[in-house]
Order: sequence, then C-alpha cells, then structure tokens
Amino acid sequence: MEKTDHLIEEHIPRLRRYARALAGDRARADDLVQDTLERAWGKFHLWRSDSDLRAWLFSIMHNVYVNGVRKSSSSPMLLPLEDDALDVPVRAAQEDGLQVRDVHAALGCLSQEQREILLLVGLEEMSYEEVAKVLNVPLGTVMSRLSRGRERLRQIMAGGAVPALRVVK
Amino acid sequence: MSEPMQIVNENELQAYADGRLDEKRRAEVAAWLANHPAEAGRVEDYRRQNEALHALFDPVLDEPVPPSLQRPAPASWHGMPLLRHAAVVAWLAIGGTLGWFMHGAQEVRSGTTMAFVRQAAVAHVVYTPEVLHPVEVGAEQEAHLAAWLSKRLGVSVKVPHLGKAGYDLVGGRLLPGSNGPAAQFMYQDGFGQRLTLYVRTDDGGSRETAFRYARENNIGVFYWIDGPLGYALSGDLDKPQLLKVAQAVYHQLNP
Repeated sequence: MEKTDHLIEEHIPRLRRYARALAGDRARADDLVQDTLERAWGKFHLWRSDSDLRAWLFSIMHNVYVNGVRKSSSSPMLLPLEDDALDVPVRAAQEDGLQVRDVHAALGCLSQEQREILLLVGLEEMSYEEVAKVLNVPLGTVMSRLSRGRERLRQIMAGGAVPALRVVK
Repeated sequence: MSEPMQIVNENELQAYADGRLDEKRRAEVAAWLANHPAEAGRVEDYRRQNEALHALFDPVLDEPVPPSLQRPAPASWHGMPLLRHAAVVAWLAIGGTLGWFMHGAQEVRSGTTMAFVRQAAVAHVVYTPEVLHPVEVGAEQEAHLAAWLSKRLGVSVKVPHLGKAGYDLVGGRLLPGSNGPAAQFMYQDGFGQRLTLYVRTDDGGSRETAFRYARENNIGVFYWIDGPLGYALSGDLDKPQLLKVAQAVYHQLNP
C-alpha cells in the first residue's frame, strides 16, 4: 500500500496543475483532484503496472471532470474574470505581447473538449497519442480539436476583448 | 532556393508549434514557413499559447500539497460509507422497534403522526449521546440559531427556555424531516440528562393541540401540534416528569 501511495503521490502536483487550469478556481480544482485520487486509490488494483500511471490518473480525472460537467450541465464551468478570483500567482509578465491573464480568461471560452486537449498538449506536454488514450478518442479527433481550439483561442486573443464571461456558481 | 516540394499539413504545423517534429522535418517546415508568413505567425501564436499556459499554471507545481490530498484520509473519506451504513442500520432498528411498540400501544392516530414521533425519537437517540458535536449551533448563538432555523423551516421558530424546569439549552441543529427541514433543540440538566425538542412544519392535516404520549423502552415522547408547527419532546424520563417539561415548553411558546 505504501508503495502505491508513493507512486500516486508523485503525480499529485501535476494533477493539481491540470485541475487548476481545467476547473478555474482553487477550491473546485482541489475537489477534482481529491475525487480523482479517491477513485485512483480505490481502483489501483485495476492499474496494470506495465502501463503509464500518469496517463491512467489523467484519464480518471478526465472522467471525474466530465461527469461533474454533465451533472451541472445547467451551470457550465467558466473561468471567473475577476482579478482576485485568479488563484494562480502569475509569473513575471511576458513581454512578447501575449497577455497571460487574457489567456486564462480566454480558456474559459473554449469548449470543454478543446480546453482539455489544449492543456494536455500545451501544459502537460503529452504526446498526441497519449492524449488520445487519456481522453479515449481517436488520434484524428485530438488533432482536429487541438487545431480548432488553438485557432479559437488565438482569435479571441487577437480580438482584444474577451467576450464577456459570467461567473457561474 | 525554391520552396520545399513537400506539402506541409495542419497536423505538422501543430507538431511544429509543440516541438514534436524530428530534426529533418522540423527544418523543412521551418523553410516552408519562411515563405508563408501568415502561417508562420499563426504557429508562433500557438507556441506562445503554450508558454502562457506554463507561465499561468506552473506555479501550482510548487505549492505545498494540502494534507487532504496526500493520502487517503480514512476518517473523512473511506470511513464515511461505513459510518453512513451504521447510521442507517441504527435508524432502521430503532425506528422499527419504536414503530412496533407504538402500534401495539395504540397511541398513534395516523401514519404521518407516527412518522413524526418516530423521527423525533430516533433523532433523540442518535444525538443525545454525542459528546463532541451534540448540536450544530450552540446556545451561545441562540439568536442566530433561531433565525437560521426559522429561515430553513419557513416559519418563525422560537427557542423555549426551560431553566425553570431545570434544563439549560445546549443548542440546536437542522434535520431532514418528512415535510422538509426540521429542527432539534437539545437541553441538559445539572446531571447531564438530556432532552430534545423536535420541531417540524405541520402538513396542515390537523390543528389539534392536545398532548399525546408515546414511549419506547426508556424514551418517552410527548407530542402536540401548535399552529403551523408540530412539536415532540423526547427524554429518558418518566411520564409525569416529561409532561411537566412539555407543559413548560408549551407555556413558553404560548405566553
């Protein structure tokens, strides 16, 4: 059991990073991580030791997240726009024109499918094949969603103003 | 130099932005992009999106992991289903016994009244032995307690003072009742003997105010309906003693 704890614990910081980007705020993100870990501890016997533990954990988180979104389909998870609602300490501002905070807000304008793929590729730096496995979709779907999501994000950024976002409970 | 003959497709542009092409192909795509400034700008923006994501969210990696996430917490998570299960079993056992007794005693006039008395008695048995958390809101916040429960029950709920009968208020809690939210107030005498007053909204079927009595082993329950609310006073007391307290409650609420 201790070995299990150790193996899974190594991945917690990355699960938290992904959850924060996916869910928007700290409380909801940590709930997501906690639910994911609960499921992982409980189902660890189903994990095959020759397969990638990180992909397995992210795939659990994906399912927990999608189920949560489905349950609250009347209240889509959008990212809050208020500065003080940003629970992420922003590193030194980039000088190359891309506003980091705008990216955070613009992420909330993407569909859940696009957001997941953008984050798994761009933030988690998974290979496209890994992403397909984690999300259980064909590789071609990953590529088309990635392409559309990035282009949408780019247009939102180019448009300057991010479409008005509401904070949804 | 002419443009490379190979066609660069969209997937390769994505892979280029992610640095996932092998060296040879990377050089070819770079050469192609040099002649396609619009595409080059687009790919550069994608690369910057990745940078921005890291700038935004990498600091999370350095945050200390909250203790709740470090390992399964047996008390708060894995213990829960077991506890819940035990509570349900206790509830059924107590409720069943009480229902059977009351049926035999023919004290109970209707199904809904029986359910009311049973809920009150079960809540009494469940919460009075509680040492750490007998109530949700303590007596020191009495005004808040009354306001909160009034809001949840949808009618004005008063907290009776039973000091003259020898019982001090411990506090109260919100409970699920068959008509929606219900309330429980707990009292305690100088010896630690506890009484509970269960309050719920009446479903409108009855306006009677007569005291009724039911008893199960050591738990006696006086119950009555007063306007929009039904009351049940439960305690491990004999009938005359409990009646005295029940009358004190009634007079407190109807001065």
